[in-house]
Amino acid sequence: MHTTSLKLFQGIGRYGVLLALVALILFGWLRYENFLGAFNVLSVLRYNSMFALVALGMCFVIITGGIDLSVGSTAAFGSVVAALLSPYGVIPGLLGGLAAGLAVGACNAFIITRLNILPFIATLATMLAANGCALLLADNQSVSVSYETGFIELGQGDFLGFPIPAWIALVAYLLASIVLNFTSFGRTVLAIGGNEDAARLMGLPAQRVKALVYLASGGLAGLAGVILAAQFGAGQPIEGVGWELFAIAAVVVGGTLLTGGVGSVGSTLAGVLLLGLIFNILNFENGLGWISLSAYWQSVIRGAFLLLVVAIQARLSMRTEETA
Amino acid sequence: MSDTATTLPPTQGASRFDLRTILTRHGAWIALALLILVNLAITPNFATWQTLNVNLTQVCAIVIVAVGMTLVIATGGIDLSVGALMAIAGALAPLIFLGKLFPLPHPAVGIALAFVVPVLVAAALGWFNGWLITRLRIQPIIATLVLFIAGRGIAQVFTNGNLQVFNLPSFQFIGLGRVFGIPFQAILMIVVVVAAAWMLRHTVFGRQILAIGGNEKAARLSGIPVASVKQRVYLISGFLSGIAGLIVIARNSAADANLVGLGMELDAIAAVAVGGTLLTGGRATVIGTLVGALIIQLVRYTLLANGVPDAAALVAKAAIIVLAVWLQRQSHR
Repeated sequence: MHTTSLKLFQGIGRYGVLLALVALILFGWLRYENFLGAFNVLSVLRYNSMFALVALGMCFVIITGGIDLSVGSTAAFGSVVAALLSPYGVIPGLLGGLAAGLAVGACNAFIITRLNILPFIATLATMLAANGCALLLADNQSVSVSYETGFIELGQGDFLGFPIPAWIALVAYLLASIVLNFTSFGRTVLAIGGNEDAARLMGLPAQRVKALVYLASGGLAGLAGVILAAQFGAGQPIEGVGWELFAIAAVVVGGTLLTGGVGSVGSTLAGVLLLGLIFNILNFENGLGWISLSAYWQSVIRGAFLLLVVAIQARLSMRTEETA
Repeated sequence: MSDTATTLPPTQGASRFDLRTILTRHGAWIALALLILVNLAITPNFATWQTLNVNLTQVCAIVIVAVGMTLVIATGGIDLSVGALMAIAGALAPLIFLGKLFPLPHPAVGIALAFVVPVLVAAALGWFNGWLITRLRIQPIIATLVLFIAGRGIAQVFTNGNLQVFNLPSFQFIGLGRVFGIPFQAILMIVVVVAAAWMLRHTVFGRQILAIGGNEKAARLSGIPVASVKQRVYLISGFLSGIAGLIVIARNSAADANLVGLGMELDAIAAVAVGGTLLTGGRATVIGTLVGALIIQLVRYTLLANGVPDAAALVAKAAIIVLAVWLQRQSHR
């Protein structure tokens, strides 16, 4: 293959998600009235900020070559704890949800780094446990939050005309981007994913960094749970089903390799927005009235998108291997 | 475990009798025996046919799916799509025998097709998983994630998310029927388990599965058709998921695309892990998977029968999975 076309292919691999996102936005802008109106844009950002937080944690975990299946039920657990603590004020609710997430993250970290159990199976177990804890605490029903303490502002409020949950997600992404690219912690995360044994032999604190990554993933999921509770006015023990896979899909669509060692925080955000916009566009399309697609199409289209992206990625990496 | 099929050389003589080895090797059986003993002591009316029936009927679908999962995991892969495939099969069957998909010349034809078509569709989708994994070289967890996400959506689109209720004894035989008093689904389960255990141990295909899971590169270099073996394994997993989907809807006299097989991938993986199959591949035990599924089911039953809420049973399940895998690791030190 010619070098120019190879470069082109690699470019598509790296910026593909951004291109797709821009294409989708252009499509929506040209096709629907009000698609880029403030109301739609802000509600898309508000709603997807929860997924963005969960996907951010997942991005780090996946870069280390691991996986965290527990994030969905951790978010649900966090939302229940936050809702239960919301009568005591904004801060207790926020910290409570965060602490619940961190607790699950700590369990993951312990099981994975101390007991040496595969991340996949460890987080599968804590997923069940977090789900059970959420149901027990909530007594099998959703827990309404207190509307008197201002807790719901965390999900429904605005700051400088921008949704508060989106601010939270934005700050988290900025911090994470700095951590991944400019700190030794970030370099270690990438090194572990590239080759864990080599990282360890080089004297990098692989176990400690891995533990912190799972802790962070749990904490971010807990935070997403706080936003979930605030946004919908209730702690929801059975929400969060399938969030882990949505997050994995967003990370993968963003171009982070599932084998670890490569990844970017920014393209994960693009992946989240891409998957989120599909749902948004589906709503608009139904609004036009030409066709009527039920909400069930959402998951079909998301699956198809994931398939498309991984198929292209697979093709690209095969080409790169052949030419290298 | 005596039936454990493995590519590793058997450990020799002396260490066989120390307690730790016994615990790790026969842990699943010991746990099952302990559970039954505890139940006999504390659970009222445990030693009755009814208890056996309840537990058997609840465990059958899980075991059938978990057998397919065992084979997939033995190759070093994973199949997240099993629950979604169950939903697709479960949604298709009533559409066919209720004549909503195409007009039926005769009700019997509808029933025959309702058995065959959904299972074949599930098998074809399993084959598609295998195709993604072997031809496009996508990691199994991502390749099967595609159908995990899209599959249930497809089933919901088929049925528009509606519950399909039916009453059709000749179809529901697969979930409700009895042969000499034994539930037909239990017979089906045992047939599947025995066939898979025999295949894994005594056929070339079975040895190839284990060889691939043990060391894929070595397997390829020694001339094993890795891609075709893997493809068949995912096909089998899809096929068995299809059967399990039919059992579940027949048992419930209703097909709900939102619920059939929901969370099944986790139950199946848990059963495989607790049963002692190595999650990284290369060592698998189908009988162990059966025991693993029985353990998980019995723990849940024990807790429920003694008034512990279902949510707490989830926490117990989590603890069992971690403990089982941790013990398994100890034996490989």
